[in-house]
Amino acid sequence: MKTAVLVFPGSNCDHDAYHALKHGIGVDADFVWHRRSSLDGFDAVVIPGGFTYGDYLRSGAMAKLSPVMGAVRRFAEGGGPVIGICNGFQILLEAGLLPGAMLVNDSLRFVCDFVHLRAGTDRTPFTRGIQEGTILKIPVAHYQGNYYADERTLSSLEERGQVVFRYCDPEGNVTRESNPNGSARNIAGICNEGGNVLGMMPHPERCSEEVLGSADGRRLFDAMVAWLGERPA
Amino acid sequence: MKAKIYVTLKRGVLDPQGKAIHASLSHLGINGVEDVRVGKFMEITLKEIGVEEARRRLDDACRRLLANTVIEEYRIEIGG
Repeated sequence: MKTAVLVFPGSNCDHDAYHALKHGIGVDADFVWHRRSSLDGFDAVVIPGGFTYGDYLRSGAMAKLSPVMGAVRRFAEGGGPVIGICNGFQILLEAGLLPGAMLVNDSLRFVCDFVHLRAGTDRTPFTRGIQEGTILKIPVAHYQGNYYADERTLSSLEERGQVVFRYCDPEGNVTRESNPNGSARNIAGICNEGGNVLGMMPHPERCSEEVLGSADGRRLFDAMVAWLGERPA
Repeated sequence: MKAKIYVTLKRGVLDPQGKAIHASLSHLGINGVEDVRVGKFMEITLKEIGVEEARRRLDDACRRLLANTVIEEYRIEIGG
């Protein structure tokens, strides 16, 4: 079992993701430079957070054109698990692998804090076994995490079970006050129709061991490992 | 040949920067402002490829990179 951690110019959560996978979970992980055009031999892909290309034009707008994104597209089409975290989520949106777009936070402030998430579906490889309604404590750190999609897209996401996480209060209530950035319908993470591509603004790799204030992030990577273990070869 | 490209958030998409600037203008006593929308302006210098061809290529550029049509609209001006 081998995981790829993509590295673009300006990625800065790549080492955190690598550490969580390799030393926290104990799965094999490799950095993959964005100029590479193949993901052969990998079982899962992590697109980490950061500020690829300095967020020029729009977050993720340049990174979507890197050669490795063609490989990610093929990997995703083949059903392979892909998780985009923070800037990785923004890249997946820009690449059209997930619907919608990011606006600047409605507060116009960079938000860096622990938030609570309410799990919406266990159908993704990263939430396998995390029942709907489960509350996770995971940090966010972003300026452009205000998820936007038109009403029709939002309703379609809900109907098809593609809303994976919503911002909530510690008791699991999805409230306006618990929404850190103004995201439509408190959306913190969504998946594609197939369920194998997940994008989320919060950072599970930053909270995969108790010493970091929460180990809830580890559950996503544990789920991924379990999912890969069950997957027919 | 020069081309100007204006990219702005679509009507109906909240523009928090525009709102903040609007409020700041009011604080300055500059009244009578109804709305402020913040966008991007790009000036592109083209080889002589003809206006129609330039428009076609720039439209393609806007749709595929310069604007995100989920949230933004764009306007292309050629010449000048």
